[in-house]
Parts: sequence; C-alpha cells; structure tokens
Amino acid sequence: MTAYLLRRTAFLVVSLFLAAVVLFLLLRLLPGDPANALLSVGASPEQVAAARHAIGTDRPLLQQFVSWLGEMARLDLGSSFVSTLPVGPEIAARLVVTVPLTLLSFLLAVVIAVPVGFVAAYRASTWYGSVLSALSQLGIAVPVFWVGMLLITVFALHLGVLPAGGFPQDDWADPGEALTSLTLPVVTIALVMSASLIRYVRSATLDVLGSDYLRTARALGSSFIGAMWRHGLRNAVVPVVSILGIELATTFLGAVVVESVFALPGLGTMLVKGFAQHDYPVIQGILVVSTFAVLVIGFAADLVQRLVDPRLRRSLGGRFPGDGA
Amino acid sequence: MSAGRRRVSRRVPRSATLIAGCVLAGLVLAVAVVSFFWLPYAPDDTTGGRLMPPGLPHLLGTDKLGRDLLTQLMIGARVALEAGAGAVLIGGLVGLAGGLAAGFATRWLDDTLSALLDILIAFPTVLLAMLVTAAREASLGSAIIAIGLAMSAIVARLTRVLVKRVLAQDFITASRTSGTSWPRVVVEHVLPNIWPTLSVNLALQFGLAVLAEASLSYLGLGAPPPNASWGRMLQEAQASVFIAPAGVIAPGVLLVVLVVGVNLIADGVRDVADPTRRRTR
Repeated sequence: MTAYLLRRTAFLVVSLFLAAVVLFLLLRLLPGDPANALLSVGASPEQVAAARHAIGTDRPLLQQFVSWLGEMARLDLGSSFVSTLPVGPEIAARLVVTVPLTLLSFLLAVVIAVPVGFVAAYRASTWYGSVLSALSQLGIAVPVFWVGMLLITVFALHLGVLPAGGFPQDDWADPGEALTSLTLPVVTIALVMSASLIRYVRSATLDVLGSDYLRTARALGSSFIGAMWRHGLRNAVVPVVSILGIELATTFLGAVVVESVFALPGLGTMLVKGFAQHDYPVIQGILVVSTFAVLVIGFAADLVQRLVDPRLRRSLGGRFPGDGA
Repeated sequence: MSAGRRRVSRRVPRSATLIAGCVLAGLVLAVAVVSFFWLPYAPDDTTGGRLMPPGLPHLLGTDKLGRDLLTQLMIGARVALEAGAGAVLIGGLVGLAGGLAAGFATRWLDDTLSALLDILIAFPTVLLAMLVTAAREASLGSAIIAIGLAMSAIVARLTRVLVKRVLAQDFITASRTSGTSWPRVVVEHVLPNIWPTLSVNLALQFGLAVLAEASLSYLGLGAPPPNASWGRMLQEAQASVFIAPAGVIAPGVLLVVLVVGVNLIADGVRDVADPTRRRTR
C-alpha cells in the first residue's frame, strides 16, 4: 500500500504540473492577444505595447511560465482585467455556492441511484424493473440544463413553491434560505447524475446476483439479506466506487452549466462571464482550480478503491486501476 | 431488458433495441435532410408576430423574434447531427491514432502517453470546449473541434486497452512468426478485432457530443445566430416559458429523441455484434 501510495502521489504531482503546463500553453498559444481585453478598439501600437508590458505577455514564454508557477505556488491567481480585483478571493467566494451545490447533488444522486439500481437489478424481470431501466436510459440522454428549465417551469412558475433562481446576498447567513435556493439546482443535477449511476449500480448488482459465491452462501443457509450484506455488498461496491470519482467530477461540471440556468453566483457563472468578457486571468484561474479539483478527486477515488478492494492492495506496485491490459 | 430473457434469446440477435434506435435517430435525420430542400419559412423570416402559440400558419408557433419555431427546429436538427458527426470524426481519428501509438509503444512511452491521456480526460469536455471557443470565436466549427479533441482522449484510452488485449493473443505471435509486417497486422488483425467495441463507444460518444454542443450553445458558446442550434433556442426561449412553452419543450424533446436513438443503436449493435458480452452499462 505504501509503495502504491508513493507511486500514485508522484503521479498526482506530475499530472498537476503537466495540467498547469497544458493550461498555460493553451491560453498563451491561442490566437488573440489577452492585451486586447484591456484596450478599446483602435488603440495605438504604443498603447498595445504598454498593455502587454503591464500584464507581462511581452516577456519570453518560459519566463512567463516560471513566474506564473511562482504566483500559483503563492496561491496568487492574478487580477481580473475587468474588475481589477484579485481572482483568488473571488473564486473562493464563489466556491461557497459551487461546492455545496456539487456535494449535495452528488449525495442525492447516490441516495437515489443505489436503491433504484438495486431494485432495477433485483426485479429485472418485472415490469417496474424494465421501467426503471428505461427511465435511466432516458436520463442519460437528457440535457441537464433542460431538466433545470422544466423544473423551474413546474415548481417555480406554476406551483410557486421554490425560487426560480438566485442565491441570498449574504450567502449562508440564513442556511434555510440558502438551502431553499439550492433545492431545484440540486434536484436537477442529481436526477441527471443518478441516471448513469443507476446503470452502474444495476449492472454491479446483476453481476453479484448471478454469482456462484452468493448461491453457495445461500445454500449454506445464509438468509438473502445476510448473504448480500456479507458477500454481495462488498463485491458490488467495487465497480461502483471506481466510477464515483468520475461521477463527482461530472457533477461538478453539471454544476457549471446548471448555475447559469438558475443564475447562481458560482464558479460556472463566473467562468461564462469571464469568457464573454475575454477576461483571461479569470478563465485561467477557474480552469486551474477546477482541473486540479478533478485530478485530486481522481486521486482520492483511486485510494478509496484500494481500501475497499483488497485484491488491488495485494498486487504490490501494480498499475493504476482502470489501466487495463 | 431483463437478464433472464436475455440468456434465453442469446442465440438470436435481439434487435428490438436496434430498430427502436434507428427509428428515433432516423426521425431526426429525416428532418435534417428535409431541411436542406424545404423549410416552412425562411430562417430569418420574422413576419409571423412574436411568441405566437402553436396553430396555423405557424404549426409550432414563433419565437420571441417572430421566427417560425418549426423552421428553427429543422435547422437545429442539421446542426445537432453536424456537431455529433464532426466531433466523432475528429475524436475517432485522433483517438484511434493516439490509442494505436500507445498500444504499440514500449513501456516508457506507453506510460507517458497514458499519463497524458489521464490529464486530458481530467479536462472536462465543456471546459476544454470553452477554451477553444474563447480562442477561436464562438462558432459551430470551434465547438466541434473542441468536443472532438476532448473525445479523442477517451477514445484513445479505450483503443489503447483494446489494442493491448489483441496484441497479447497467440494469433498475433503466430502471424508475426509467419512473416506478417506490423502494418499488416494492424489492418488485418488489430482493427477488425477492436472495431466492434470501438464503434459502440463512438456511437455513445456521438450522443454525448450532441449534448455537449447543446450545452455550449445554451451558454452562448456555440453556433452564432443565423444557425439555429437547439441549445441556443432553449436559452432564448427560457425567459418566455410561461407565455410560449412550446419553445422550451420542442427543442428539448428532439434532443432527447436523437440521443436516446443513438444510445439505443449503440446498445443494439453491441448485443448483435457481441452476444457474449454482458451489458455493463
């Protein structure tokens, strides 16, 4: 386990570094001068040069990269071109919305998917087993922002029981109010996320239900619940945990889009606005934070997978799960 | 759909899913093809009055600018299919090349490529697409390139695993021993063996690409106004959902019909082409 942990941590560090390189290059090598965002149309060449000098894009690429890495190491993500405020604190303030939205949606999706997926497998041959499978098939084909629009129409416009969007000015000062405004977005993301999760839970359960060890346990006198608890659950949990990391990252992405539907002041709306205003430091800062988050989630998911699956732990120095071949 | 029935009917290709998928996706394809030859109104015809309810002469009503909704929907079908096909073409070709390279590579190069792929996959499609559109101005082409590139990492990772699996087989060794060159091995053995799994995955990716394009257009990063995209139609209709619900319902329903159709085709092809494989999704 220690050897694996070292290997996996080294891999995480290397991927964080490479991700930083990729992000930096993508944003610098893209055509279009970031300096233009600072200038009005028809700026003189001297003004352009001055703007370039001010944001440092007149320096050699390597030098820019090194100083950028240094800034990031000090958690300094630069200042917005538009508002001139530092990006880091702005992102931190937005995370107050995005992180709870992501985690609550993810939790609700798991809470929905595990029992539904189990029933869809356990009662696969009944009509409601088929209906559940068909619904999850539908769920993976639905655009998440559309579900949000439909929920707004029904629950905010027609029934008027929940707000159509927005978030309290004072964030979580009144938790009840904050939760109310997050309810529809959370349900939106959770419904769509649970659809793909149901399919994994269902297939993992089907594998367990058809297994020889479960039949043997039953033949030796275990009750169905006892056998599922002692043997089934442990086996079914392995493939599900392995995709939970990916699902959590996807949930985060869903949050980015859904925030726009519900006008929530989170990272997603900040990013979309940054793109509209060609505000490079904002775009770069958010992409750095979210890519790192996705990589760290992947790291955590791999470790959890090791913990729940002793077979992976035993193959010392083995390759990473999901590596195949 | 059920496990029990599947086991019984395993010898007969169960193609009900395939047929259902073809009908649904074919419907959207037909609409897109018709849109090239005939449209109820000119795409920029705003003479219909704003936010008209469904009826005559506008079958599905009009949008907030007075454009015919059915006309916009038909053009949107074209855009959605172009987005899906373009992204799969780019993602498939780039991904296949990368995956073959990694699959054939020695340990060191393979590890490097795999690590790179893992990082690329960590870049969520929509974020990557936003980056490309930010650089190249929002357009359908930018969105397709971006979605295709994001997809290529996923395709490459799958291809790599499949290639490794085929290369470990005895018949590859036998083929090499009898003097077949590596390029011929690829064409005669590797590609035919990885194609069934790969094509199913590409079909699923097609659906995801259509959804990604819709998300981008919804956020204002997709095809610009003259091309109606379902995502942008939804964004424009959101404010007036109370007065004109058709504008919100119709594009969404068509999106779902297309993506469900393509997913069903993928499931059906998998069942028919590879009956031994358990349904894993």
